[in-house]
Amino acid sequence: MAASDAREDALALTQISYPPLTLSAEDLACRRGGRLVFENLDFTLGSGEAIALTGRNGAGKSSLIAMICGRLRPAAGRLRVTGIGDAPLMEQIHLVGHRDGLKTALTARENLDFVQALLGEPGLPADEALAAIGLPHVAALPVGYLSAGQRRRVALARLLVSRRPLWLLDEPASALDTASQRMLVGLMQSHLDAGGAILAATHGPLGLEAAREMRIGP
Amino acid sequence: MSEAFLAILKRDLALAARAGGGGELALVFFLTLVVLVPFALGPDLNLLSRIGPAILWLGALLATLIGLDRLFQGDEEDGSLDLIRASALPLELAVLAKGLAHWLTTGLPLALAAPLLGLLVALPAEAMLPVAGTLLVGTPALSFIGATGAALTAGLKRGGLILPILVAPLTVPVLIFGVSASNSALGGTVPFLTPFLILCALSLATLVIGTIAAAAALRQAD
Repeated sequence: MAASDAREDALALTQISYPPLTLSAEDLACRRGGRLVFENLDFTLGSGEAIALTGRNGAGKSSLIAMICGRLRPAAGRLRVTGIGDAPLMEQIHLVGHRDGLKTALTARENLDFVQALLGEPGLPADEALAAIGLPHVAALPVGYLSAGQRRRVALARLLVSRRPLWLLDEPASALDTASQRMLVGLMQSHLDAGGAILAATHGPLGLEAAREMRIGP
Repeated sequence: MSEAFLAILKRDLALAARAGGGGELALVFFLTLVVLVPFALGPDLNLLSRIGPAILWLGALLATLIGLDRLFQGDEEDGSLDLIRASALPLELAVLAKGLAHWLTTGLPLALAAPLLGLLVALPAEAMLPVAGTLLVGTPALSFIGATGAALTAGLKRGGLILPILVAPLTVPVLIFGVSASNSALGGTVPFLTPFLILCALSLATLVIGTIAAAAALRQAD
């Protein structure tokens, strides 16, 4: 009981509100290796909203996320973000991709401290973030010793150590057990309550009531 | 912003120090190479001491090249590079931090070990400090020329093989002036400072050009 209280306390700490932000795509098209992946994609994602991005394998879910991260250039159309002034979109996003972005030789705490210093906007301290995802005991363990599901949870803890309004999640629930999936839904819900926005590529249901589904590709 | 710079520097230094980080690999490779050369050349001490600086410089160059492919490849593979891209820190400064960490864990130990290894190639005592000095100011150029190559090959599976072929020709000026400054300390008509200052200039220039070029290459990746 005490453990779940601690978790709720930690979640409550993330309850800060973000300034309103809107990400919109107009007539977006993606071309990779000469092949048209998707085209004529329009969507708007505002504060407090979540989009569950679905589509079959190769439909361009990860490509869309890469585009928002600035790693891929749109073949046509454009992405626009309003409400953040002159700050670049890159500095608003928080990415947990299908690669975990963790250094296996470093401990979970070192990995999270690195992300906090790198991304700025500090949120929870690393230890509290690990407690919030239910892994307080792995703080001093090298990530290489953790299981795939535990690594994924440490990667998700990144979302808590640094506060950024736009979460881009690529298959966030992969390798997670049902309890951890519920924990993830809780994290996402508190982020939305704080005025954040979420775009998540997923195959299963996201578990959020507020999420709307956007299917890309044929 | 400087916090992010220091975070990258600190993380790369920590990674190099951990098991499998490869921090000590370059030094051991350098040692192996310099130990093998006298066996191949035979017991001609005069010849050995004459080509000693060249052996040390070639050893340092090859030792720098062998670990370079991992400079950005590791970050690209595990997704850390996406995090670095999402930081407010300009990519150029992130490359600078990584290049600096590479030099601190590769070039600096090589330069510090050079006087000791100079004994193995019968380097005269008065030449040891100048040779170590040229390595100290010349190896940053190797790290930052290498960073450009490493950024270009970050997304390639067998980048480790292409990288030395890409980078080695670009290091020729560094090699020429490094060895020439070391040799001038052994005697000769060229004053030590002339090639030494050109070597310093090469390091400073590659520090700027290398970081900008590597950041541009990383932006084009994918």
